[in-house]
Amino acid sequence: MAAAALCAPFLEGLARGELRYQACLACGAPQTLARYACRACGGTRLEWRTANGRGTVYATTVVARAPSEEFRALAPYTIAIVELDEGPRLMGHAPASVAIGDRVLAEYFAFAGRNLVRFRAEGAPPTA
Amino acid sequence: MRPAYILGAGNTSFGRHAGRDSLDLMAVAAERALTDADLPRTGIDGVLCGYATTAPHLMLSTLFCERAALAPAYAHSVQLGGATGGAMLMLARELVRAGRCNNVLVVAGENRLTGQGRNGAIQTLAQVGDADYEVPYGASVPAYYALLASRYMFETGLSEADLAEFAVLMRANARRHPDAHLKDPISRADVLASKPIAAPLKLLDCCPISDGAMALVVSARRSAAAPVAIVGAGQAHRHQHLTAIADTSNYGAREAARRAFDESGLRPADIDYLAIYDSFTITLAILLEELGFAPRGGSAARVRNGDFAPGGRLPLNTHGGLLSFGHSGVAGGMGHAVEAFRQLAGRAGDRQVASRARAFVHADGGVLSSHVSLIFAREA
Repeated sequence: MAAAALCAPFLEGLARGELRYQACLACGAPQTLARYACRACGGTRLEWRTANGRGTVYATTVVARAPSEEFRALAPYTIAIVELDEGPRLMGHAPASVAIGDRVLAEYFAFAGRNLVRFRAEGAPPTA
Repeated sequence: MRPAYILGAGNTSFGRHAGRDSLDLMAVAAERALTDADLPRTGIDGVLCGYATTAPHLMLSTLFCERAALAPAYAHSVQLGGATGGAMLMLARELVRAGRCNNVLVVAGENRLTGQGRNGAIQTLAQVGDADYEVPYGASVPAYYALLASRYMFETGLSEADLAEFAVLMRANARRHPDAHLKDPISRADVLASKPIAAPLKLLDCCPISDGAMALVVSARRSAAAPVAIVGAGQAHRHQHLTAIADTSNYGAREAARRAFDESGLRPADIDYLAIYDSFTITLAILLEELGFAPRGGSAARVRNGDFAPGGRLPLNTHGGLLSFGHSGVAGGMGHAVEAFRQLAGRAGDRQVASRARAFVHADGGVLSSHVSLIFAREA
């Protein structure tokens, strides 16, 4: 199911509390998600870089109807898509008050055996 | 290449069909389509079928053929999410145009509601998200579309009250169809007050999960009574996952439509009936606007103006769409095309709108990921 080998560096980064993203060695373009080639130029020599964890909220939703039992305990929860300062977009949880355009910073929480991203407002105290 | 016509259509009602499995439902719709097309089983030399989440068989098409006593010269199933029906019709047309087949049965059905229950269906569907970047955050299909909606509404000024217009229109249309799943009348206030699912989407912004089946026969034969040809088709696939969407003014719908229009030699202004995928109210708003049937941010104004009503300039989903006719997976996405065919052929019964000659059909799969556009034209 999971593209384990392809995005292993991303998952290893998450486990250590780092946000990693792919960038093309030929044209330098950063990209969202894990791919076999560069979306901008088609180059196949890609490297993983570490983002500074800061970004701008691109989209948000508050999920009331959770898709599985484990998430029903958390509902309602807020999901945001954040455009990282380096360019790629990334999904994470966020505080209910978050709005499109807000500046946010990544932190991490453990859930169902994984380390996941939770964004908080820049300047707000860490939740954990 | 020779032309390809739609010769007949069939469907089950949508809603609950407890005790019937996907093949049972497909068989009923297929039988009705054959009767409607006035074709014997032996006349079918091609079979295309969709997939069913409740019947994940390796060879659903030939399993269906065995049960339905069909022995085609060409068969397989197709998987493209909500765009599967459109993709099957496009392929059926190509098979006929190329001379590979004379009569292609396109069929899909699923007991998506009673075969696994709502919770099971919601959990299955959520897996269309990226397994490592999206699914672990508890995102559901409504949540993916809600995220899309939040951004689109931020950019265009479209409001929740605007989206409610589409839910009300689809319900009013479904009330005129004897086979629709949801027929209780609803108002804009009901939509706005319905329970939250994934903000800004509420229960009545979302299509129901239904049992049901649809079938069409695509043929080289021209029906003397009301010949409806498929005169253009196009696809576009720009992303799979929500996170990877690059541009909210270009999801791929316009690109697919341009290919279909170019092939048909028609222009959007020639279209007089719309059959547009509507998994959520936001889906319908975005597609109508990207396809150019309403200005960006202006689709609800056209609903309020009555333009998309059965008596308006561009009747839209007169069967009630996924939002109210119902969504049983691939068959749900075929419902729009079935209704477009019936309206053009003058076979829509009590729902028949004033004479229509050219329908534009559009479906999307995933999260506005896969796009298929078709153009149907009635010949004089």
